[in-house]
Amino acid sequence: MTDVVTTVAVAMFAGAVRVSTPFLFVSLGECLTEKSGRINLGLEGTLVFGAMSAYAVSYLSGSPWVGVLAAGLAGSLFGALHGAICRLPKVSDIAIGIALMLFGTGFAFFLGKGFIQPTAPRLQAIDLGFLVSDPQLKVALQINPLFFIGLILAVVLWWGFANTRIGLVVRMTGDSAATARAMGVSVDGVRFWATTVGGFLAGVGGAFLSLFYPGSWNEGLSSGQGLMAVALVIFSRWNPLACVAAALLFGAAGALGPALQSVGISQGYHFFNAAPHILTLAIMIATSSSKRSLKGAPGELSITK
Amino acid sequence: MSKFLLSRRTLLKSAAASLVGAPFVGGVETATAAGLTIGIVYVGPRDDFGWNQAHAVAAVELKKVPGVTVVEEENVPETIAVQKTMESMIQLDGAKLIFATSFGYFDPHMIEMAKKYPDVEFRHAIGLWQKDKHPSNAGSYYAYLHQAHYVDGIAAGLSTKTNKLGFIAAKPISSVLQNINAFTMGVRKVNPAATVQVIFTGDWSLPVREAEATNALADAGCDVITCHVDSPKVVVETAEKRGVMCCGHNASQASLAPKGFITGAEYKWATIYKNFAELLSKGEKLPNFERGGYDRDYVRNTAFGPAASEAARKAATAAIADLKANEPYVAGELKDNKGNVVVPAGKVVDNYDVFLETTNYLVEGVIGSAG
Repeated sequence: MTDVVTTVAVAMFAGAVRVSTPFLFVSLGECLTEKSGRINLGLEGTLVFGAMSAYAVSYLSGSPWVGVLAAGLAGSLFGALHGAICRLPKVSDIAIGIALMLFGTGFAFFLGKGFIQPTAPRLQAIDLGFLVSDPQLKVALQINPLFFIGLILAVVLWWGFANTRIGLVVRMTGDSAATARAMGVSVDGVRFWATTVGGFLAGVGGAFLSLFYPGSWNEGLSSGQGLMAVALVIFSRWNPLACVAAALLFGAAGALGPALQSVGISQGYHFFNAAPHILTLAIMIATSSSKRSLKGAPGELSITK
Repeated sequence: MSKFLLSRRTLLKSAAASLVGAPFVGGVETATAAGLTIGIVYVGPRDDFGWNQAHAVAAVELKKVPGVTVVEEENVPETIAVQKTMESMIQLDGAKLIFATSFGYFDPHMIEMAKKYPDVEFRHAIGLWQKDKHPSNAGSYYAYLHQAHYVDGIAAGLSTKTNKLGFIAAKPISSVLQNINAFTMGVRKVNPAATVQVIFTGDWSLPVREAEATNALADAGCDVITCHVDSPKVVVETAEKRGVMCCGHNASQASLAPKGFITGAEYKWATIYKNFAELLSKGEKLPNFERGGYDRDYVRNTAFGPAASEAARKAATAAIADLKANEPYVAGELKDNKGNVVVPAGKVVDNYDVFLETTNYLVEGVIGSAG
């Protein structure tokens, strides 16, 4: 019995590390965008497009890191497009986000046709397996550098929001556009850049999918992870550090279904496969209240206003 | 409702025809006079290393037949969109035979089209056609891929060292369960001590969960992993990364696992497609319900990879010879993994017995549950 528990626990830890990175990058990007008072639902499309462009550029250039950069740049183009369109009067950021989501996935499928078959150079993991002796843990500790970059980024964002001028300007724009204008800050300008940088991060998240785990480009690659990551931001109450926890939790919960089946617990696997979503629902219900708006929500956000 | 929907191409063509004049209204006939045009509709990309690729490979073969023109469309959703695709293949390209290769194309889409175009033949790649329910210019064709999975199992059973094998499956439906069972029967025929651990992912294409499942199986000590998902690419690549052996499914994945590949279960739709083209060119009636396995050359195994041992190759090749001679491989006493007898002792199940298609159990030796 302890064997089973250990196997499942290690599998969930490994799953958390392996699966969380795209969630982390997309939710950090979205966190930044939403902090500035705008919501970009198009990140699913950005993620897929990032995955495709990373794989394609890695294949063509021979360098996976050039692919990661290309994915980031492609993502920031999508973000910039969202930011630029939303500057126009009477434009709904939610509608534009949905349009860009469909456009991003469709365009990625179109351009990605020729890259399903070829094998591109992938990102290499940092092997921390020497730290432990357990073979299962050894495998779990082959960690992609992007995971660590994501962790550092989360801390930087969290610190930056609270302690830097830029962070303050972004938060102010998100909480009260009128105040920002009174301070002489260009609200649209701040939101444009926040969305562009957010798009960059989402694109990098896509690169992780196609260049590391699961590590190939095909049209079913994302299966909605970009959308889940947007939900994670609300779930983690616009706190970058909580985004890390949420992404890890999601990764671990996603590993639960396969891990339980691998040790022979197969009853109700549909339920375990749905664990991440059930978990989100449960936490959302437990922490929400009909008497106040969500704690930490930027005041200008169109969904909470 | 569908009656009033015309595809854009149909509409443009009709408009053009009416502008030019009456002689072109019967343009469909002139289009086919040169030879036979066959339309193939895919639900996903043609190069998915899986189900769609298996059909696309056959389409390439079909194109080599003199007098045959093949028109294809990929990524066609199982909605009204497939009706539009079929209509434009018929109206614009003059297709006389349509292969609809995805489960959800059948009812109502293909049936509607078959009623609307009684002189065009429609065939669907899963055995859903019923004589008293569906039009006679429609039909089904199906290949017994489980026979090739059985051969996979024999090769895998002789290649495993841990006696633990893994099977990643999409959904617990009959055709999937048949493949798991056939694989397990093959494994246990040559290696009664081995078990097959099954993981259901819940859907046909979930790359991240498929990768997780492969890792979970490798962590649990499985040293051979195979699957039944739409595109086995992720499973095979992840298995190779983990240094475990693998067997393929649907199409050839040999190139994805240069070290760990044993063999794989592949469709050989080209046989059916070419037969149908030949029958139609001769003006003969196509069968409405076509099915078969190794005996009719409808399935095959991928050429052995480096992980297949000498003994595995020998035993698998012998099993293929038996199946080609239509020797049954399912025989009593066969128990499911809950201990119930599903085939009583002494009974032999013929390869064409519909009993096999009603599989709703996992055989003894499989760890997992279909429910």
